This record gives sequence, structure tokens and C-alpha cells, in this order.
Amino acid sequence: MNKPVDVQNRVLKGYSNVQIGEKSKYKDTQTYTDPNFLFNEAEVTPAFMTGSEVIKEAIRRANIDLSVAYPITPQSEAAALIGELYAEGYMGDYFRGENEFGVMSQCAGAAFGGARVFTTTAGPGTLRAFENFPMWAGSRLPIQVCVTMRGVNSPLSIQPDTLEMFFLLETGMLIWHAETAQDLFDFILKGFIVAEMPDVHLPIAVCCDGFFVTHTKDTVALPDEKYVLPPYDPYKSPVVCMDMESAPVRMMRDPFVMKSNYISYMTQASWQLEVRAAIERSRKYTKALIGDLIECENIDREIIMIGSGTAVSQAREAIRLLGLDGIPVGLVKIKTLRPFPHEEIAEALKDAKKIFVPEFNVAGYLAREIKAVLPNNDRVVAGPHVAGGMTMPSEVIADEVKKALGMKTSGMTARG
Amino acid sequence: MSIEKIKISEALHDLMPPEYQDMVEDATYGNQDRGWKDIGESKELIEQHSLCAGCPESIAFRYILASLPAPENTVFVGSTGCTSLVFPMVAVHNIHSLFGNQNAVASGLKRALKIRFPDVEKDVVVLAGDGATVDIGLDYTMQSWFRGEKFTTICFDNELYANTGGQESGLMQKGFVAKMAPVGKLFDKVRLPEIARESGCHYVACLTVSKPNRVEKVLKNAILVAREFGPTYIQLYTPCILEIGKQSMEGLDEMKDSEAIGGRFVFKEYMTDEVKEFLKQKDAEEKDRKKAAKLAAKEAAKA
Repeated sequence: MNKPVDVQNRVLKGYSNVQIGEKSKYKDTQTYTDPNFLFNEAEVTPAFMTGSEVIKEAIRRANIDLSVAYPITPQSEAAALIGELYAEGYMGDYFRGENEFGVMSQCAGAAFGGARVFTTTAGPGTLRAFENFPMWAGSRLPIQVCVTMRGVNSPLSIQPDTLEMFFLLETGMLIWHAETAQDLFDFILKGFIVAEMPDVHLPIAVCCDGFFVTHTKDTVALPDEKYVLPPYDPYKSPVVCMDMESAPVRMMRDPFVMKSNYISYMTQASWQLEVRAAIERSRKYTKALIGDLIECENIDREIIMIGSGTAVSQAREAIRLLGLDGIPVGLVKIKTLRPFPHEEIAEALKDAKKIFVPEFNVAGYLAREIKAVLPNNDRVVAGPHVAGGMTMPSEVIADEVKKALGMKTSGMTARG
Repeated sequence: MSIEKIKISEALHDLMPPEYQDMVEDATYGNQDRGWKDIGESKELIEQHSLCAGCPESIAFRYILASLPAPENTVFVGSTGCTSLVFPMVAVHNIHSLFGNQNAVASGLKRALKIRFPDVEKDVVVLAGDGATVDIGLDYTMQSWFRGEKFTTICFDNELYANTGGQESGLMQKGFVAKMAPVGKLFDKVRLPEIARESGCHYVACLTVSKPNRVEKVLKNAILVAREFGPTYIQLYTPCILEIGKQSMEGLDEMKDSEAIGGRFVFKEYMTDEVKEFLKQKDAEEKDRKKAAKLAAKEAAKA
């Protein structure tokens, strides 16, 4: 069942549906390229661009069949740029849906029909679409949605906030969190490969922090645009592709929904457990492509900061400031929230005396997730966290550490 | 799908369930002349159903499955409701995802199949109840028509939410007392056939399922028109005998009463002039084909 994967040398094997080197079905200037070559060996050139443009460049090389768009800040630009790719002939179909519930259902229909599908959404759009996400996972549809996270609260906010990622955690999707433009580019392309593995075959949310990543320019290393991923092979799906190309059979004697008995409940439960198991099975491919699920710096230090997304960038600068004051602090960056790197985090933090979790949301959910996997979790300080689009200056993070150590703070905290 | 794909390897023949063996040997995939009259003479594409005894929806299901022009290349999209209890036992691919999103799912599906099989006509047919079509899913129903999506939408109109126990729906008649309409429904039955006509459907029909010939003809028209022109809509009265206080054997009478002159379901059909011309031409071709086949059969018998 499991594909042969050499995690050590990061080699992924197996594309039988097309010839590597064959011209793309959509754009004859592109050729199907072995993902190992594309990710590890292809020459790259640096480009300076916004996160939205990075999404476009990733999709240019992703060989998607179809994308559905709907405007919502801060993903509108990316969704429109994908439309430009469609106009240039890089994919089979693209259109604007009526709202996010419709969009995610249209994505589902296309994926049921065997297409590689990509879409983007954000904040209230994610919540409007929400009923679809557990359905995608339960139907084993390897759709990718790029979530450019923003506030979901009332009063209206369009500012960065990561609360929606918390809501997504138990949908059965793979959840990856990009910190930088380069992460975003890599995660989008590599996300398709992991999500489409036959023993994973789940939807994936590649999340990034709205505005901080989508609307700022950053340097990203791009492989030549003549390379494109090989197409998705729907006949490697663990469930039947709904294209009437395989024999239709009666699925069950009676629909389970009608049965109030142990077997029915058991069937439902085991299906959900299998989705969770598939998330865990994605680890081996994820590690082969994006490396360990966490990245550690100086974790032998007594104080550690741990986070995901741009909170890590802010923490990195806070650590530099604290270093100037003679306070050594280590750093752990979490790349995937689902699968959640329990063991890796427990191991990385085993000797830490104090652990700080900076977050861009009101709930401090990442701190809760981390507390749940650590012994002696009173070591964890759930903060600082800001919400509703507030910035989290590095000084605020540094002050949180100093406060916990009983030291004089810079006063930035009071400024918010 | 090639018909070959459903065939059973000789070595495994005994292991396959009898209903599958029947499906291979005695179903009507690929038969150009398939229609409701095959019911009782060949293997039906609906194995069995868990609907109430005498439910008109069950006979509607059978007519529709028997009349599909190309079941070997048809994918159904359903929705939550009584219909979703039947789909798992139907021998064509079918998708049930959520309640009300059926036309959105079908939009994505039809486009994906068009991309993947540019040279094969893959029919997509939505079949959902009136709650899914008109209430919770109205936005998605209508938006798919506005966009001109090339598939057929069938609404089983039983004028209430049957599967949840008989609550008021948008297609219920005004004044009808039901759950959630304790003093009677306060507004008129939504005029979806007219809305469909104005929203971009190229062919619209509203009828009961009392006359199988008519159901077959309307279904074939709708699917052929959807292939060539764009969205088509069929509204079928399939009364919920349970919730309107009828006996199992009274469904047919209820339908006949409602389609009599002055009734709510007098047969109506809307189509564009282009479609009228197209269907006329199709009918003529069909007639010629049947005539030629009859002649050939006669010749063969002589020889």
C-alpha cells in the first residue's frame, strides 16, 4: 500500500500515468517534470514578488485542471491572477463561483470527476465554506485550498488573524502553515504531491497569514517555468472516481444513515478514524518533501519560543533583541498543524524551562495544542497573542519573556 | 464507459453477486432504444429501494433510470433527502455530498468531465428533492442556470420536507397545514418552472409521473438539450403519500387529480425556438432510425 519513499535522500517514486518529459496537456511550452528534479535539482532564480504573485507562480507549475474563484480580501488578488493563468492556457477551466459554499462544492464536483483542483479563500469565506471541508476529507478529495488568513470576528475586520486555522484543525484535512513566500511556493507545489498519494488522498489547506505574506514582497527562488508537475492520476484514488469509467456497483444494501445499529455506527466511526490515520500516513511524504515537520534553532537553551507562520518571523527578531540583553532563547517553527508533530515537539522542548507561544489570534489555540503534548505543561506561557489584525512587534514578544523572568520591560506591551 | 468494463472475468463469475451477473447479462447499457417499457423485461439499474410502500418517488426513479439515453456515460448528483436513500443502490455513478449544494457539485463535475473526456459526451444529471432544489439550494440551482452549465436538473417535488417528517417547503401549496406551518403556509408555491425559464434553462417541463411515456420523453429531451445548449429543468410531482394522509395505493390517483385541468400539475413545457427546432429534427432522425432498424429486421427475417 505505502509507496516506496526514501526519506533520507528525499526521493519520491512513481508516476505511471504520463511520461516524464512529455509536453503538458495544457501548455506546450511546459513539460511534465519529475517532482524530485523540480524540487531538489532544477536551477532556480531569485524573484522579488508579493505572496499573491507567489501563489500564481506556484500554480503556473502545478498543472491544475480547474480552479474556482470568489473575491474576498486578502486572497482576491491571487484568485484573479490564477484567472490570468487560465486565460494564458495553463489550466482546463476557471470560473467565479457564487459564494464560498458554492465554490468549495464546485471544487468537490470537479475533484469527484478526477480533476486536480486548486482554490483560495480567507476568513469569513472559510467559515461560509465550512460544511464542505469535512465532506472533502470524508470523500477523500485531494483538493488544495490556499487559506490567506484574516479576522473572522464581528465587528468587521479584514486584518490578519489565524483563528480560522483553529477551526480547520479537526476537519480531516492536512493543514500546513507557511511562514514566508518561499514556504508558500514550496508548500503549494509539494502539497499537491502529498495530498494525492493513494494512502493519503486528503484535501490540504496551505495556510498563510493574510497581508503579512500575501501583500508584502519577499524573495523567492523559482525554478524555470518550463517545468510543470505531472498530472493527477484519479485512478490511484482509494475511492472510486465518479466518471462512470469503472463498473458501477451497489454501494451498500441500505444507506447507513438509515440504520440505528452498532454496525452502522461502527462504519461511520471507522471511516472517520481512517481519515485521521491517512493524515498520519502523510508524514513520511511530507518529511521527504519539506523536511521535518518542525525546524529547531538552539533548542538546548532554557527558554524556547515555538510558533507557526509569521509569528515565527516575529519571534526570530525577538530572540535577537533578547540576545542583545544577554537572554539566550531557542526557536521551534511548526510547519504542519495536521499532522501535528507531537513527538517532535515533545522531544524538542524536553529540556526547556520556559516555553513561549506567540500567536495572531484571540484563542491562543496553538499554546493549547502544545500544552496537550507536553509533560509539565505549566512551562508553557500562552502568549503573547494578539487579535483582530493587531501587529505583534518583536518587542512585545521580548517583553513577555522579560516579564516572566521578572525583568524590566521596554514598555511596548502597554502600547499594544 | 465502454460496455466491456462491466463484464465479469469468467474465472470470477461465480463469485459475483447475482444482481451484478444480471446487470451484465440483462441490463440495457448501450441499448439505443432503452426506455420505461424495459421495466419488468430486463435488469433495472435500480436494485431496490428503501422508500415507503407505494411512494411515487420510487416509480419516478425507475422511469428515469430506465429512460436515460446513455447510462454508461451518466453521472448523477443527488442531495440529502428521500432520494439519497435510493442512490446507494443505483447502477450508475452518483455523488451525494451535502444538502443543497447539488447544482454546484454538478457544475464542477460536468466541467471536469469535459476537460478529461473532450470526445465523449458524459451526461450529468442532478436529482434532488424540493427542499434541496428550491429552499436551501436555490442559490446554487439558479446560479448554475445563470452560468449556462450544461446539465439537467430534476426536482422531485413532493411539496414538503418528507425525509425529516413533513415540514413546510417553498414548493408547498399556500394554506397547507404542516409542521413548521402550524397555521397553514402563508405564501404561494414558488414558481420554479417559470423562474427556470427566465434564468437561462433552454428546456423546462413540469409534470407528474402518472404517465411513463411522457416522463421518458421529457427526460430524453432534457438530456439531449443539455448536451447541445445548456441547462434544462424538470419538475416532477411525486407526492409524499405518508405526509398528505394517503394510502399506499392512492399515489397514482393523487397525481392524476393534480394534473387534471385546473390542477397544480397540468403538464407544461417551455423551450426556446432553437430547441423546438432541434427536438423536431431529433424526433425525425429517431423515427428514421427506427424505421430503418425495423426494415433491416424484416429483411433479416426474410433471409
